[in-house]
Amino acid sequence: MQFPIISVIVLTPVVTGLILFLLPGERKNLIRYTALTAAVIDLLLSFWVYLSYDITAGGYQFLEKFTWLPQLGISYSVGVDGMNAPLVLLTGVVMFTGVLISWGIDDRPREFFGFLFILATGVFGVFVSLDVFMLFFFYEIAVFPMYLLISIWGWKKTREYAAMKLTLYLFIGSMVSLVGALAMYFVSGMGSFDMFVLQDANFSVAFQRVWFPFVFMGFAVLGGIWPFHNWSPDGHVAAPTAVSMFHAGVLMKLGAFAALRVGIMLLPEGAKFWMPYVILLALVNVVYGAFIAMRQNDFKYVIGFSSVSHMGLVMMGFATLNADGLTGAGVQMFSHGIMTALFFAVVGMIYDRAHTRQIDELGGFAKKMPFVAVAFIVGGLVSMGMPGFSGFVAEFPIFMGVWQTQPWIAVVASISIVITASYIIRIVTSVFFGKMPESYADHIGDVALRDKIALGLLSALLILIGILPYPTRMVPLVTSGVENILRLLGGV
Amino acid sequence: MSNLIDQTMIIAILPEIGLVVLIGLVLLFGGIWKGKRLKGLGWLTAAGLGVLIVLSLVFAGPQAENQLVWGNMLHHDWYGLVFRLIFMLGAAITAIIAMEYDYGQKSEFYILLLTSTLGMNLMASAADLIMLYLAFETASIPLYVLAGFLKREKSSVEAGFKYLLFGAMSSALMLFGFSLIYGFTGMTNLADLAQAVVQGVFPPSAVLVSLLLVLIGFSFKISAFPFHFWAPDIYQGAATPISGFLSTASKAAGFSVLLRVMFVVYPSLTGQWQLILGIISGLTMTVGNIIALTQKDLKRLLAYSSIAHAGYILIGISAASAFGVGSAVFYIGTYLLTNLTAFGAVALAGEKTGSFAVDDFDGLSRRSPGLALIMLVSLLSLAGMPPFGGFIAKVLVFAAGVRGGMLWLVAVGALNSIIGLFYYLIVLKHVYLYLPQEGAPKLTFPKPAVATLALLSLGIIVIGTLFSPWYHWALNAAQNLF
Repeated sequence: MQFPIISVIVLTPVVTGLILFLLPGERKNLIRYTALTAAVIDLLLSFWVYLSYDITAGGYQFLEKFTWLPQLGISYSVGVDGMNAPLVLLTGVVMFTGVLISWGIDDRPREFFGFLFILATGVFGVFVSLDVFMLFFFYEIAVFPMYLLISIWGWKKTREYAAMKLTLYLFIGSMVSLVGALAMYFVSGMGSFDMFVLQDANFSVAFQRVWFPFVFMGFAVLGGIWPFHNWSPDGHVAAPTAVSMFHAGVLMKLGAFAALRVGIMLLPEGAKFWMPYVILLALVNVVYGAFIAMRQNDFKYVIGFSSVSHMGLVMMGFATLNADGLTGAGVQMFSHGIMTALFFAVVGMIYDRAHTRQIDELGGFAKKMPFVAVAFIVGGLVSMGMPGFSGFVAEFPIFMGVWQTQPWIAVVASISIVITASYIIRIVTSVFFGKMPESYADHIGDVALRDKIALGLLSALLILIGILPYPTRMVPLVTSGVENILRLLGGV
Repeated sequence: MSNLIDQTMIIAILPEIGLVVLIGLVLLFGGIWKGKRLKGLGWLTAAGLGVLIVLSLVFAGPQAENQLVWGNMLHHDWYGLVFRLIFMLGAAITAIIAMEYDYGQKSEFYILLLTSTLGMNLMASAADLIMLYLAFETASIPLYVLAGFLKREKSSVEAGFKYLLFGAMSSALMLFGFSLIYGFTGMTNLADLAQAVVQGVFPPSAVLVSLLLVLIGFSFKISAFPFHFWAPDIYQGAATPISGFLSTASKAAGFSVLLRVMFVVYPSLTGQWQLILGIISGLTMTVGNIIALTQKDLKRLLAYSSIAHAGYILIGISAASAFGVGSAVFYIGTYLLTNLTAFGAVALAGEKTGSFAVDDFDGLSRRSPGLALIMLVSLLSLAGMPPFGGFIAKVLVFAAGVRGGMLWLVAVGALNSIIGLFYYLIVLKHVYLYLPQEGAPKLTFPKPAVATLALLSLGIIVIGTLFSPWYHWALNAAQNLF
């Protein structure tokens, strides 16, 4: 039997979390190092999976399967294909950097890392699951620690409100999808939750058209689709830094990914029928999100709404249902995850020092923290979709894909690029350059080495993928995953 | 004479014989032990029940087919066994929690508890209306006394008396239903009655009236709408471990007879009672959850939440299939563990601080991280979150509902789980987020109780991750009814 690498990746965080709960709460450094060890293990393993996936063979690899509830055809079944391998890596990276960034948390770090790691297990589990029930199981595990993480360690002003709003939104979404999934299970008559079985269930076109919106939209809520995006900026802003990174970087991908796996891949006829409407919602996300981001005065809200806008691009890529759009969306999930994690990390670092996030009260940070400023600018360029950065590799195919289906949408959506440029440049000029206010200028120092390691890793990935989309395997991987989706859609 | 009582008959009531012996032992040692040693009564009860659970598992396993024993008065089947194990487990946990407090130093407490458990055991395996009624009352009357056990506290006495009045009322209605059945058919055996209903000995209108009357009696026991009014007052007034017992074992006993009677006596009316139970289910969970939203007292909150859970269980029953009943049984078992854990944790913290107001649980995670974690596990399991048992249980009853064509009911259930999540999270917010009052000391709790609760929390996680064996049992039990 081969080494169960995927299960190890999925279970390492939760096992570490449980170990943390058994450690004495006062020994904070012991707790931090334990957390870091687990994060490093997961980072290395997820790199290993990403690099050793055999692209020429394609399909699902690293498969593991155990029966879980045989009476109902539920199994623990995991595997990796071209679509989720980058997402596993993304989670590994965000988990590692998240631990580094949260080093300074002093209020009950044991509980903080414990809950954060339970969340990480949920996220890994959703990305690798090949069983619909299992996907739900891990999906819910990913939702509830969020509530505690935001409400306990979040920003005092809005945390209670934002945490509750987020949890309820996501729970409603998952309930709607769950009912849809149960309907799929019984109508298929196969007595199995296995995705491979359900793929071949030959649901009638009418059934698919009725149930697709429930399943897709239920998950898309977590993907931040308009008009159900409202929880996301509030949640991002209220969350502590590492949680914002997880939340915007990984959790929103979870929604988009589950919508793809369960919605589009299992109900392809429903997808074909509804996608022209979904693309309109995504268009609103892209343009409206960017406009709102431009109007914000709170640094963190700008990033929060920029996430809404960029996740719209992912949804738009899905909605094209063609090779270019889907490939772009796949790369965008990774690229945006890393980029947003970087943004939120930077916001956190600045807020910790200045104790304000109002853009007009900030300034001159490039002098004090040059490394952070460079990292942010890298992220900003990715966000604008500049060639040479991963954002371009992701967004260009999306626009090509959209052009093939409805050119006018591509034209309207392209407005967002300009607006993105405007808010990114605004932040760069007024936060990093300009004059630092006297009130805190004298007691601000540079960030710690571990913060630089985190930011360095994130920016390096963004640049590497931007310059070398093929040698870094990103594009070939996603392309191989997309081929599988296209086959399910009927070989477009 | 020698063949009148054979081995199978003894085996069939092995747990009940054991309970009677245990009651005798408690009575005996209650007289011998004095002072501090009285606490040992709790240990004795819990250990005795533990031994009985093991013995029943090893020896009392029924044959593959359904057997009638003791003059067709009792069933000897998986269905009865699974429920009996559930009741005895519930009683054992209640005893462990209760023995730390004053009322737990009295042998009467445990005798009443065990007698009630005996009644519940007989309820689950009753095969005859007479037996059913006797068992029902044997289970209920000790509970009336237990609810009013704190006789110096007005609220407890009030709870006991209220419970007695409500109980007597609903039991009278149920008995009237039974008398209708007997009057029209002249039979009391459940299986024979089913034949009578099918053959039309029994006029259809009378069948329906008897069904409704019997349902009233059972609804009271499971605190389903509109017979749920007693629950919050009584849970609040009674000693907390007793509230836990009332909300779990006693409720499970109600479900055990409800299921048996509906599926054995009235299968020909499935269409009618399916709809009735569906509507009751929807109303029960909605009313329970919505009122729970406004509660400031944790015991009342849990009372309303337990009303809501009766609604979820009814989804599985109203699906009217072996799958549905299996899911309901699974839910009942999981719910018993979860709710006992929740009540246990609340009992420990509340008795220590002297208040059950949600506000007085502020900062519990700083005052006692362990107990806070136990509350987290139990409340999230009640809310239906994985990896806890509540998640899979809820998915199973919803799945049964979808398969049974009760899509509207599942939709109501899904909406209700969101409301449920909301108020459980509010409690957790108090526990984890808010700071304790100035100068509030760290809390320490009796070790055996905390260890039990920790073990139960672990059990909740085990059920929620490795669900196959438990579901196998639940399904086995369910198959006895079809």
